[in-house]
Amino acid sequence: MLKIENLNIKYGAIHAIKGIDLEVHEGEIVTLIGANGAGKSSILRAISGLVKASEGTISFMGNSLNKVSAQNIMKMGISQVPEGRHIFSGMTVLENLELGAYQRKDKEGIRKDLQAVYERFPILEKRSRQDAATLSGGEQQMLAMGRALMAKPKLLLLDEPSMGLAPILVREIFSIIEDIHKQGTTVLLVEQNARMALSVADRAYVLETGKVVMSGTGKELAASEDVQKAYLGG
Amino acid sequence: MTLFLQQLVNGLSLGSIFALVALGYTMVYGIIKLINFAHGDIYMVGAYIGYMAITSLKVGLFPAIIIAMITCAVLGVVIEKIAYKPLRNASRITSLITAIGVSLLLEYVMMYFMGAGVRTFPDVMDKTKIEFAGLSITSAQLLILGTTLLLMLLLQFIVKKTKIGKAMRAVSVDADAARLMGINVDRTISYTFAIGSALAGAAGVLVGVYYNTISPLMGVTPGLKAFIAAVFGGIGVIPGAMFGGLFIGVAETMVGVYWSSLIKDAVVYIILILILLIKPSGILGKNVKEKV
Ligand SMILES: Nc1ncnc2c1ncn2[C@@H]1O[C@H](COP(=O)(O)OP(=O)(O)O)[C@@H](O)[C@H]1O
Ligand SMILES: [Mg+2]
Repeated sequence: MLKIENLNIKYGAIHAIKGIDLEVHEGEIVTLIGANGAGKSSILRAISGLVKASEGTISFMGNSLNKVSAQNIMKMGISQVPEGRHIFSGMTVLENLELGAYQRKDKEGIRKDLQAVYERFPILEKRSRQDAATLSGGEQQMLAMGRALMAKPKLLLLDEPSMGLAPILVREIFSIIEDIHKQGTTVLLVEQNARMALSVADRAYVLETGKVVMSGTGKELAASEDVQKAYLGG
Repeated sequence: MTLFLQQLVNGLSLGSIFALVALGYTMVYGIIKLINFAHGDIYMVGAYIGYMAITSLKVGLFPAIIIAMITCAVLGVVIEKIAYKPLRNASRITSLITAIGVSLLLEYVMMYFMGAGVRTFPDVMDKTKIEFAGLSITSAQLLILGTTLLLMLLLQFIVKKTKIGKAMRAVSVDADAARLMGINVDRTISYTFAIGSALAGAAGVLVGVYYNTISPLMGVTPGLKAFIAAVFGGIGVIPGAMFGGLFIGVAETMVGVYWSSLIKDAVVYIILILILLIKPSGILGKNVKEKV
Protein backbone atom coordinates (compact mmCIF):
# COMPACT_ATOMS: atom_id res chain seq x y z
CA MET A 1 0.00 0.00 0.00
CA LEU A 2 2.78 2.40 1.03
CA LYS A 3 6.23 1.88 -0.38
CA ILE A 4 9.26 3.99 0.47
CA GLU A 5 12.49 3.45 -1.41
CA ASN A 6 15.86 5.01 -0.71
CA LEU A 7 14.30 8.00 1.05
CA ASN A 8 16.71 10.81 1.87
CA ILE A 9 15.77 13.99 3.71
CA LYS A 10 18.03 16.95 4.27
CA TYR A 11 17.48 20.05 6.35
CA GLY A 12 20.18 22.32 4.99
CA ALA A 13 23.41 20.67 6.04
CA ILE A 14 21.69 18.13 8.31
CA HIS A 15 21.22 14.80 6.56
CA ALA A 16 18.31 13.56 8.71
CA ILE A 17 17.21 10.49 6.72
CA LYS A 18 19.83 8.50 4.90
CA GLY A 19 18.37 6.10 2.39
CA ILE A 20 15.45 4.31 3.99
CA ASP A 21 13.30 1.51 2.57
CA LEU A 22 10.01 0.85 4.25
CA GLU A 23 6.77 -0.81 3.31
CA VAL A 24 3.29 -0.94 4.76
CA HIS A 25 0.83 -3.50 3.39
CA GLU A 26 -2.88 -3.00 3.40
CA GLY A 27 -4.43 -4.10 6.70
CA GLU A 28 -1.23 -4.02 8.73
CA ILE A 29 -0.12 -2.14 11.80
CA VAL A 30 3.49 -1.27 11.20
CA THR A 31 5.54 0.50 13.81
CA LEU A 32 8.62 2.60 13.52
CA ILE A 33 10.57 2.86 16.74
CA GLY A 34 13.66 4.83 17.58
CA ALA A 35 15.14 7.28 20.00
CA ASN A 36 14.49 11.00 20.00
CA GLY A 37 16.05 12.57 16.92
CA ALA A 38 16.33 9.32 14.97
CA GLY A 39 14.21 10.76 12.18
CA LYS A 40 10.81 9.19 12.77
CA SER A 41 8.79 12.38 12.45
CA SER A 42 10.73 13.40 9.36
CA ILE A 43 9.61 10.22 7.61
CA LEU A 44 5.96 10.82 8.48
CA ARG A 45 6.23 14.44 7.40
CA ALA A 46 7.67 13.34 4.09
CA ILE A 47 4.82 10.87 3.56
CA SER A 48 2.28 13.61 4.26
CA GLY A 49 4.05 16.03 1.93
CA LEU A 50 5.10 18.51 4.60
CA VAL A 51 8.78 18.06 3.76
CA LYS A 52 10.18 17.08 0.39
CA ALA A 53 12.48 14.14 -0.10
CA SER A 54 15.88 15.13 -1.45
CA GLU A 55 16.19 11.67 -2.98
CA GLY A 56 14.17 8.49 -3.23
CA THR A 57 10.52 7.71 -3.83
CA ILE A 58 7.37 7.39 -1.77
CA SER A 59 4.41 5.74 -3.41
CA PHE A 60 0.91 5.03 -2.18
CA MET A 61 -1.30 2.42 -3.87
CA GLY A 62 0.94 2.56 -6.90
CA ASN A 63 1.05 6.37 -7.25
CA SER A 64 4.16 8.38 -6.55
CA LEU A 65 3.67 11.01 -3.85
CA ASN A 66 6.89 12.90 -4.52
CA LYS A 67 5.31 15.69 -6.53
CA VAL A 68 1.91 15.67 -4.84
CA SER A 69 0.91 18.52 -2.50
CA ALA A 70 0.04 17.87 1.13
CA GLN A 71 -3.65 18.53 0.59
CA ASN A 72 -3.84 16.07 -2.28
CA ILE A 73 -1.94 13.40 -0.35
CA MET A 74 -4.57 13.68 2.34
CA LYS A 75 -7.24 13.44 -0.34
CA MET A 76 -5.69 10.18 -1.54
CA GLY A 77 -6.41 8.69 1.87
CA ILE A 78 -3.45 9.36 4.15
CA SER A 79 -4.13 11.16 7.42
CA GLN A 80 -1.60 12.03 10.06
CA VAL A 81 -1.91 12.62 13.77
CA PRO A 82 1.18 14.75 14.29
CA GLU A 83 3.56 14.62 17.20
CA GLY A 84 2.36 16.95 19.94
CA ARG A 85 -1.29 16.72 18.73
CA HIS A 86 -1.39 20.13 17.03
CA ILE A 87 -5.05 20.65 17.69
CA PHE A 88 -6.45 24.03 16.68
CA SER A 89 -6.63 26.10 19.83
CA GLY A 90 -9.21 28.86 19.89
CA MET A 91 -11.56 26.64 17.91
CA THR A 92 -14.11 24.34 19.46
CA VAL A 93 -13.75 20.58 19.65
CA LEU A 94 -16.51 20.25 17.06
CA GLU A 95 -14.81 22.72 14.72
CA ASN A 96 -11.59 20.75 15.04
CA LEU A 97 -13.41 17.58 14.07
CA GLU A 98 -15.12 19.31 11.16
CA LEU A 99 -11.75 20.46 9.88
CA GLY A 100 -10.74 16.82 9.74
CA ALA A 101 -13.45 16.36 7.13
CA TYR A 102 -12.44 19.52 5.26
CA GLN A 103 -11.88 17.69 1.99
CA ARG A 104 -15.12 15.77 2.09
CA LYS A 105 -18.37 16.80 0.49
CA ASP A 106 -20.68 13.96 1.57
CA LYS A 107 -22.65 15.67 4.33
CA GLU A 108 -24.46 12.51 5.35
CA GLY A 109 -21.23 10.51 5.58
CA ILE A 110 -19.57 13.25 7.60
CA ARG A 111 -22.47 13.26 10.05
CA LYS A 112 -22.23 9.50 10.45
CA ASP A 113 -18.49 9.59 10.98
CA LEU A 114 -18.85 12.37 13.54
CA GLN A 115 -21.28 10.11 15.39
CA ALA A 116 -18.78 7.25 15.16
CA VAL A 117 -15.99 9.46 16.52
CA TYR A 118 -18.24 10.52 19.39
CA GLU A 119 -18.99 6.89 20.14
CA ARG A 120 -15.32 6.05 20.15
CA PHE A 121 -14.41 9.11 22.24
CA PRO A 122 -17.49 10.02 24.31
CA ILE A 123 -15.54 12.76 26.09
CA LEU A 124 -15.31 14.68 22.82
CA GLU A 125 -19.06 14.84 22.52
CA LYS A 126 -19.32 16.20 26.06
CA ARG A 127 -16.73 18.82 25.26
CA SER A 128 -17.87 19.55 21.71
CA ARG A 129 -18.60 23.27 22.28
CA GLN A 130 -15.48 23.86 24.34
CA ASP A 131 -12.27 25.51 23.15
CA ALA A 132 -9.99 22.62 22.19
CA ALA A 133 -7.13 24.26 24.09
CA THR A 134 -8.95 23.61 27.37
CA LEU A 135 -8.77 19.81 26.94
CA SER A 136 -6.30 17.72 28.93
CA GLY A 137 -3.37 16.06 27.16
CA GLY A 138 -5.15 12.74 26.80
CA GLU A 139 -8.31 14.40 25.53
CA GLN A 140 -6.29 16.41 23.03
CA GLN A 141 -4.73 13.19 21.77
CA MET A 142 -8.20 11.74 21.32
CA LEU A 143 -9.28 14.88 19.52
CA ALA A 144 -6.29 14.71 17.20
CA MET A 145 -7.10 11.07 16.45
CA GLY A 146 -10.79 11.75 16.00
CA ARG A 147 -9.97 14.64 13.70
CA ALA A 148 -7.78 12.40 11.55
CA LEU A 149 -10.50 9.74 11.43
CA MET A 150 -13.01 12.31 10.17
CA ALA A 151 -11.14 12.21 6.87
CA LYS A 152 -11.90 8.48 6.60
CA PRO A 153 -8.27 7.60 5.89
CA LYS A 154 -7.10 4.39 4.29
CA LEU A 155 -3.73 4.82 5.98
CA LEU A 156 -3.42 6.46 9.39
CA LEU A 157 -0.04 7.85 10.45
CA LEU A 158 0.37 8.26 14.20
CA ASP A 159 3.35 10.14 15.57
CA GLU A 160 4.04 9.27 19.21
CA PRO A 161 0.43 9.15 20.35
CA SER A 162 1.48 8.06 23.85
CA MET A 163 3.83 10.97 24.41
CA GLY A 164 3.36 12.62 27.80
CA LEU A 165 0.39 10.49 28.84
CA ALA A 166 -0.11 8.63 32.11
CA PRO A 167 0.30 4.83 31.78
CA ILE A 168 -3.41 4.15 32.06
CA LEU A 169 -4.12 6.57 29.23
CA VAL A 170 -1.34 5.05 27.15
CA ARG A 171 -3.06 1.68 27.41
CA GLU A 172 -6.37 3.25 26.47
CA ILE A 173 -4.87 4.97 23.43
CA PHE A 174 -3.25 1.75 22.27
CA SER A 175 -6.43 -0.21 22.62
CA ILE A 176 -8.17 2.44 20.54
CA ILE A 177 -5.45 2.14 17.91
CA GLU A 178 -5.98 -1.62 17.76
CA ASP A 179 -9.68 -1.03 17.49
CA ILE A 180 -9.32 1.46 14.63
CA HIS A 181 -7.09 -1.07 12.91
CA LYS A 182 -9.60 -3.89 13.39
CA GLN A 183 -12.23 -1.78 11.69
CA GLY A 184 -10.16 -1.70 8.54
CA THR A 185 -7.70 1.19 8.72
CA THR A 186 -4.05 0.48 7.98
CA VAL A 187 -1.77 2.05 10.59
CA LEU A 188 1.80 3.29 10.58
CA LEU A 189 2.69 3.97 14.18
CA VAL A 190 5.74 5.92 15.30
CA GLU A 191 6.70 5.41 18.93
CA GLN A 192 9.41 5.78 21.50
CA ASN A 193 7.37 3.52 23.76
CA ALA A 194 8.76 0.43 22.05
CA ARG A 195 7.19 -2.11 24.38
CA MET A 196 3.63 -1.02 23.69
CA ALA A 197 4.27 -0.41 20.02
CA LEU A 198 5.82 -3.83 19.41
CA SER A 199 3.00 -5.54 21.27
CA VAL A 200 0.38 -4.28 18.81
CA ALA A 201 2.44 -4.25 15.59
CA ASP A 202 2.44 -6.82 12.81
CA ARG A 203 5.81 -5.61 11.66
CA ALA A 204 8.33 -3.12 12.95
CA TYR A 205 11.34 -1.10 11.87
CA VAL A 206 14.01 0.21 14.19
CA LEU A 207 15.46 3.56 13.23
CA GLU A 208 18.79 4.95 14.39
CA THR A 209 20.17 8.31 13.24
CA GLY A 210 18.37 8.26 9.94
CA LYS A 211 18.90 4.61 9.05
CA VAL A 212 16.84 1.46 9.48
CA VAL A 213 19.01 -0.82 11.61
CA MET A 214 16.55 -3.67 12.12
CA SER A 215 13.21 -4.85 10.89
CA GLY A 216 10.96 -7.84 11.39
CA THR A 217 7.68 -8.88 12.92
CA GLY A 218 6.63 -7.25 16.17
CA LYS A 219 7.26 -10.52 18.03
CA GLU A 220 10.71 -11.02 16.53
CA LEU A 221 11.87 -7.57 17.46
CA ALA A 222 10.38 -7.73 20.93
CA ALA A 223 12.37 -10.92 21.46
CA SER A 224 15.60 -9.59 19.99
CA GLU A 225 18.37 -8.99 22.46
CA ASP A 226 19.58 -5.80 20.79
CA VAL A 227 16.13 -4.28 20.87
CA GLN A 228 15.63 -5.32 24.46
CA LYS A 229 18.88 -3.68 25.46
CA ALA A 230 18.35 -0.47 23.57
CA TYR A 231 14.61 0.09 23.82
CA LEU A 232 13.00 -2.18 26.36
CA GLY A 233 15.23 -1.36 29.27
CA GLY A 234 16.96 -4.70 29.63
CA MET B 1 -24.29 65.72 27.21
CA THR B 2 -25.65 66.41 23.75
CA LEU B 3 -22.23 67.60 22.66
CA PHE B 4 -20.71 64.43 24.02
CA LEU B 5 -23.22 62.23 22.18
CA GLN B 6 -22.71 64.25 19.04
CA GLN B 7 -18.97 63.75 19.25
CA LEU B 8 -19.53 60.08 19.95
CA VAL B 9 -21.38 59.77 16.65
CA ASN B 10 -18.59 61.64 14.88
CA GLY B 11 -15.97 59.51 16.59
CA LEU B 12 -17.71 56.28 15.71
CA SER B 13 -17.92 57.34 12.06
CA LEU B 14 -14.21 58.03 11.93
CA GLY B 15 -13.56 54.92 13.98
CA SER B 16 -15.52 52.79 11.51
CA ILE B 17 -13.03 53.74 8.83
CA PHE B 18 -10.12 52.80 11.09
CA ALA B 19 -11.84 49.57 12.01
CA LEU B 20 -12.38 48.51 8.39
CA VAL B 21 -8.70 49.13 7.63
CA ALA B 22 -7.53 47.60 10.91
CA LEU B 23 -9.31 44.35 10.05
CA GLY B 24 -7.06 43.84 7.06
CA TYR B 25 -3.94 44.43 9.13
CA THR B 26 -5.06 42.02 11.77
CA MET B 27 -6.23 39.26 9.42
CA VAL B 28 -3.03 39.31 7.39
CA TYR B 29 -0.93 39.41 10.53
CA GLY B 30 -2.94 36.54 11.97
CA ILE B 31 -2.30 34.31 9.01
CA ILE B 32 1.27 35.08 7.89
CA LYS B 33 2.62 37.20 10.77
CA LEU B 34 3.33 40.06 8.40
CA ILE B 35 2.57 43.68 9.14
CA ASN B 36 1.41 44.68 5.71
CA PHE B 37 2.45 48.29 5.62
CA ALA B 38 1.04 48.63 2.12
CA HIS B 39 -2.44 48.11 3.52
CA GLY B 40 -3.12 51.83 4.05
CA ASP B 41 -2.33 52.35 0.38
CA ILE B 42 -4.83 49.72 -0.66
CA TYR B 43 -7.37 51.92 1.08
CA MET B 44 -6.10 54.87 -0.95
CA VAL B 45 -6.42 52.85 -4.16
CA GLY B 46 -9.97 51.97 -3.12
CA ALA B 47 -10.79 55.66 -2.83
CA TYR B 48 -9.43 56.34 -6.32
CA ILE B 49 -11.21 53.36 -7.83
CA GLY B 50 -14.44 54.62 -6.27
CA TYR B 51 -13.71 58.08 -7.65
CA MET B 52 -13.10 56.74 -11.15
CA ALA B 53 -16.12 54.47 -11.05
CA ILE B 54 -18.35 57.42 -10.19
CA THR B 55 -16.79 60.00 -12.51
CA SER B 56 -15.88 57.85 -15.53
CA LEU B 57 -18.26 54.91 -15.36
CA LYS B 58 -21.03 57.09 -13.96
CA VAL B 59 -22.18 54.46 -11.57
CA GLY B 60 -23.90 55.16 -8.29
CA LEU B 61 -22.32 55.02 -4.86
CA PHE B 62 -23.08 51.42 -3.99
CA PRO B 63 -21.85 49.97 -7.28
CA ALA B 64 -18.75 52.13 -6.83
CA ILE B 65 -18.14 50.60 -3.41
CA ILE B 66 -18.51 47.11 -4.85
CA ILE B 67 -16.16 47.87 -7.75
CA ALA B 68 -13.58 49.31 -5.36
CA MET B 69 -13.86 46.26 -3.12
CA ILE B 70 -13.38 43.83 -5.98
CA THR B 71 -10.47 45.76 -7.47
CA CYS B 72 -8.74 46.03 -4.12
CA ALA B 73 -9.31 42.34 -3.44
CA VAL B 74 -7.58 41.46 -6.70
CA LEU B 75 -4.80 43.96 -6.01
CA GLY B 76 -4.24 42.52 -2.54
CA VAL B 77 -4.02 38.98 -3.89
CA VAL B 78 -1.60 40.01 -6.65
CA ILE B 79 0.63 41.90 -4.20
CA GLU B 80 0.74 38.87 -1.92
CA LYS B 81 1.63 36.51 -4.76
CA ILE B 82 4.32 38.73 -6.26
CA ALA B 83 5.85 40.47 -3.28
CA TYR B 84 5.21 38.46 -0.12
CA LYS B 85 4.85 34.82 -1.12
CA PRO B 86 8.46 34.43 -2.31
CA LEU B 87 9.53 35.69 1.12
CA ARG B 88 7.36 33.33 3.14
CA ASN B 89 10.40 31.68 4.73
CA ALA B 90 12.54 34.79 4.88
CA SER B 91 13.11 36.79 8.04
CA ARG B 92 10.34 39.08 9.20
CA ILE B 93 12.39 42.20 8.65
CA THR B 94 12.80 41.29 4.97
CA SER B 95 9.05 41.05 4.49
CA LEU B 96 8.52 44.23 6.46
CA ILE B 97 10.90 46.20 4.28
CA THR B 98 9.24 44.72 1.19
CA ALA B 99 5.86 45.86 2.49
CA ILE B 100 7.18 49.39 2.90
CA GLY B 101 8.49 49.16 -0.67
CA VAL B 102 5.09 48.07 -1.95
CA SER B 103 3.52 50.94 -0.05
CA LEU B 104 5.78 53.50 -1.73
CA LEU B 105 5.23 51.87 -5.11
CA LEU B 106 1.46 52.17 -4.82
CA GLU B 107 1.70 55.79 -3.73
CA TYR B 108 4.00 56.85 -6.53
CA VAL B 109 2.28 54.86 -9.25
CA MET B 110 -0.93 56.58 -8.23
CA MET B 111 0.80 59.98 -8.34
CA TYR B 112 2.15 59.18 -11.79
CA PHE B 113 -1.26 58.40 -13.21
CA MET B 114 -3.53 60.67 -11.18
CA GLY B 115 -1.20 63.49 -10.14
CA ALA B 116 0.10 64.26 -6.69
CA GLY B 117 -2.58 66.81 -5.91
CA VAL B 118 -5.79 66.50 -3.96
CA ARG B 119 -8.90 65.63 -5.92
CA THR B 120 -12.45 66.42 -4.96
CA PHE B 121 -14.57 63.37 -4.52
CA PRO B 122 -17.81 63.74 -6.48
CA ASP B 123 -20.96 64.62 -4.59
CA VAL B 124 -22.94 61.45 -4.61
CA MET B 125 -25.05 61.98 -1.55
CA ASP B 126 -27.38 64.77 -0.71
CA LYS B 127 -25.97 66.27 2.43
CA THR B 128 -29.08 65.99 4.46
CA LYS B 129 -28.82 66.04 8.17
CA ILE B 130 -31.00 63.95 10.31
CA GLU B 131 -31.91 65.66 13.53
CA PHE B 132 -32.55 63.27 16.32
CA ALA B 133 -32.81 64.06 20.01
CA GLY B 134 -30.69 67.15 19.57
CA LEU B 135 -28.06 65.26 17.59
CA SER B 136 -27.40 65.87 13.97
CA ILE B 137 -26.27 62.92 11.95
CA THR B 138 -25.27 63.45 8.36
CA SER B 139 -26.32 61.02 5.68
CA ALA B 140 -22.63 60.31 5.04
CA GLN B 141 -22.22 59.26 8.65
CA LEU B 142 -25.22 57.00 8.41
CA LEU B 143 -23.74 55.51 5.26
CA ILE B 144 -20.43 54.86 6.98
CA LEU B 145 -21.94 53.40 10.12
CA GLY B 146 -24.42 51.27 8.18
CA THR B 147 -21.92 49.96 5.64
CA THR B 148 -19.36 49.20 8.32
CA LEU B 149 -21.87 47.34 10.44
CA LEU B 150 -23.00 45.32 7.43
CA LEU B 151 -19.46 44.45 6.39
CA MET B 152 -18.51 43.45 9.92
CA LEU B 153 -21.50 41.17 10.25
CA LEU B 154 -20.64 39.66 6.88
CA LEU B 155 -17.04 39.16 7.95
CA GLN B 156 -18.09 37.53 11.22
CA PHE B 157 -20.32 35.19 9.28
CA ILE B 158 -17.55 34.29 6.84
CA VAL B 159 -14.98 33.70 9.56
CA LYS B 160 -17.24 31.79 11.95
CA LYS B 161 -19.54 29.84 9.68
CA THR B 162 -18.06 29.21 6.27
CA LYS B 163 -15.51 26.63 5.27
CA ILE B 164 -13.08 29.22 4.02
CA GLY B 165 -13.39 31.13 7.30
CA LYS B 166 -12.65 28.00 9.29
CA ALA B 167 -9.68 27.32 7.04
CA MET B 168 -8.44 30.87 7.69
CA ARG B 169 -8.63 30.37 11.42
CA ALA B 170 -6.97 26.96 11.20
CA VAL B 171 -4.07 28.30 9.12
CA SER B 172 -3.66 31.19 11.58
CA VAL B 173 -3.32 28.76 14.47
CA ASP B 174 -1.10 26.17 12.82
CA ALA B 175 -0.31 26.12 9.11
CA ASP B 176 1.25 22.66 9.02
CA ALA B 177 -1.63 21.10 10.93
CA ALA B 178 -3.97 22.84 8.48
CA ARG B 179 -2.09 21.22 5.60
CA LEU B 180 -2.64 17.87 7.25
CA MET B 181 -6.39 18.57 7.16
CA GLY B 182 -6.13 18.97 3.41
CA ILE B 183 -6.42 22.75 3.54
CA ASN B 184 -4.77 24.59 0.68
CA VAL B 185 -2.72 27.07 2.68
CA ASP B 186 -1.69 29.26 -0.25
CA ARG B 187 -5.24 29.66 -1.39
CA THR B 188 -6.39 30.43 2.15
CA ILE B 189 -3.77 33.16 2.41
CA SER B 190 -5.01 34.59 -0.88
CA TYR B 191 -8.58 34.69 0.42
CA THR B 192 -7.38 36.48 3.53
CA PHE B 193 -5.65 39.15 1.47
CA ALA B 194 -8.71 39.44 -0.75
CA ILE B 195 -11.11 39.96 2.13
CA GLY B 196 -8.84 42.33 4.06
CA SER B 197 -8.14 44.40 0.95
CA ALA B 198 -11.80 44.54 -0.02
CA LEU B 199 -12.65 45.98 3.40
CA ALA B 200 -9.94 48.62 2.97
CA GLY B 201 -11.27 49.42 -0.50
CA ALA B 202 -14.74 50.01 0.91
CA ALA B 203 -13.26 52.22 3.63
CA GLY B 204 -11.47 54.26 0.96
CA VAL B 205 -14.69 55.06 -0.89
CA LEU B 206 -16.51 55.84 2.36
CA VAL B 207 -13.83 58.26 3.43
CA GLY B 208 -13.98 59.95 0.03
CA VAL B 209 -17.68 60.51 0.56
CA TYR B 210 -17.14 61.69 4.13
CA TYR B 211 -14.27 64.13 3.63
CA ASN B 212 -14.81 64.93 -0.06
CA THR B 213 -11.12 64.82 -0.87
CA ILE B 214 -8.69 62.09 -1.87
CA SER B 215 -4.97 62.12 -2.54
CA PRO B 216 -2.22 59.55 -3.23
CA LEU B 217 -0.84 59.95 0.29
CA MET B 218 -4.22 59.81 2.02
CA GLY B 219 -3.55 56.26 3.21
CA VAL B 220 -0.45 56.99 5.22
CA THR B 221 -1.83 58.44 8.43
CA PRO B 222 -5.12 56.49 8.59
CA GLY B 223 -3.10 53.37 7.74
CA LEU B 224 -0.83 53.98 10.68
CA LYS B 225 -3.76 54.71 12.97
CA ALA B 226 -5.58 51.61 11.80
CA PHE B 227 -2.44 49.62 12.50
CA ILE B 228 -2.35 51.09 16.00
CA ALA B 229 -6.01 50.22 16.36
CA ALA B 230 -5.23 46.63 15.42
CA VAL B 231 -2.40 46.47 17.96
CA PHE B 232 -4.59 48.11 20.58
CA GLY B 233 -7.37 45.58 20.10
CA GLY B 234 -4.93 42.69 19.87
CA ILE B 235 -3.23 42.02 16.56
CA GLY B 236 -4.52 38.86 14.94
CA VAL B 237 -7.83 39.13 16.80
CA ILE B 238 -10.74 40.16 14.58
CA PRO B 239 -13.09 41.61 17.23
CA GLY B 240 -10.02 43.40 18.59
CA ALA B 241 -9.55 45.27 15.33
CA MET B 242 -13.21 46.30 15.29
CA PHE B 243 -13.07 47.50 18.87
CA GLY B 244 -9.65 49.11 18.46
CA GLY B 245 -10.72 51.05 15.36
CA LEU B 246 -13.83 52.43 17.01
CA PHE B 247 -11.93 53.24 20.20
CA ILE B 248 -9.17 55.14 18.38
CA GLY B 249 -11.74 57.04 16.32
CA VAL B 250 -13.71 58.10 19.38
CA ALA B 251 -10.59 58.93 21.41
CA GLU B 252 -9.17 61.07 18.66
CA THR B 253 -12.44 62.92 18.16
CA MET B 254 -13.03 63.52 21.86
CA VAL B 255 -9.51 64.80 22.44
CA GLY B 256 -9.88 67.10 19.46
CA VAL B 257 -13.07 68.59 20.87
CA TYR B 258 -12.48 68.68 24.60
CA TRP B 259 -8.80 69.31 24.62
CA SER B 260 -7.03 70.52 21.54
CA SER B 261 -7.18 69.46 17.95
CA LEU B 262 -3.43 70.01 17.80
CA ILE B 263 -2.71 66.99 19.94
CA LYS B 264 -5.37 64.58 18.72
CA ASP B 265 -2.86 62.71 16.57
CA ALA B 266 -0.38 62.55 19.41
CA VAL B 267 -3.00 60.90 21.58
CA VAL B 268 -3.21 57.98 19.17
CA TYR B 269 0.51 57.37 19.45
CA ILE B 270 0.36 57.70 23.22
CA ILE B 271 -2.31 55.02 23.20
CA LEU B 272 0.06 52.80 21.22
CA ILE B 273 2.89 53.34 23.67
CA LEU B 274 0.64 52.71 26.68
CA ILE B 275 -0.80 49.50 25.31
CA LEU B 276 2.64 48.21 24.40
CA LEU B 277 3.81 48.93 27.95
CA ILE B 278 0.76 47.62 29.78
CA LYS B 279 -0.69 44.84 27.66
CA PRO B 280 1.35 44.20 24.52
CA SER B 281 -1.02 41.49 23.35
CA GLY B 282 -3.79 44.09 23.11
CA ILE B 283 -7.10 44.59 24.89
CA LEU B 284 -8.76 41.48 23.46
CA GLY B 285 -5.56 39.56 22.77
CA LYS B 286 -4.70 36.48 24.73
CA ASN B 287 -1.39 36.39 26.53
CA VAL B 288 -0.13 33.40 24.60
CA LYS B 289 3.50 32.57 24.50
CA GLU B 290 4.89 32.69 21.02
CA LYS B 291 5.37 29.24 19.56
CA VAL B 292 8.91 28.33 18.68
N1 LIG C 1 12.86 21.59 10.51
C1 LIG C 1 14.06 21.06 10.81
N2 LIG C 1 15.18 21.78 10.56
C2 LIG C 1 16.40 21.28 10.86
N3 LIG C 1 16.60 20.07 11.39
C3 LIG C 1 15.53 19.31 11.64
C4 LIG C 1 14.20 19.78 11.38
N4 LIG C 1 13.33 18.82 11.74
C5 LIG C 1 14.08 17.81 12.22
N5 LIG C 1 15.40 18.10 12.17
C6 LIG C 1 16.52 17.22 12.58
O1 LIG C 1 16.35 15.98 11.93
C7 LIG C 1 16.64 14.92 12.82
C8 LIG C 1 15.44 14.00 12.91
O2 LIG C 1 14.39 14.67 13.59
P1 LIG C 1 12.94 14.03 13.75
O3 LIG C 1 12.50 13.53 12.45
O4 LIG C 1 12.08 15.03 14.42
O5 LIG C 1 13.24 12.82 14.72
P2 LIG C 1 12.29 12.02 15.72
O6 LIG C 1 10.89 12.25 15.31
O7 LIG C 1 12.72 10.60 15.56
O8 LIG C 1 12.57 12.53 17.08
C9 LIG C 1 17.05 15.55 14.14
O9 LIG C 1 18.45 15.61 14.19
C10 LIG C 1 16.45 16.92 14.07
O10 LIG C 1 17.24 17.82 14.81
MG1 LIG D 1 9.40 12.96 16.40
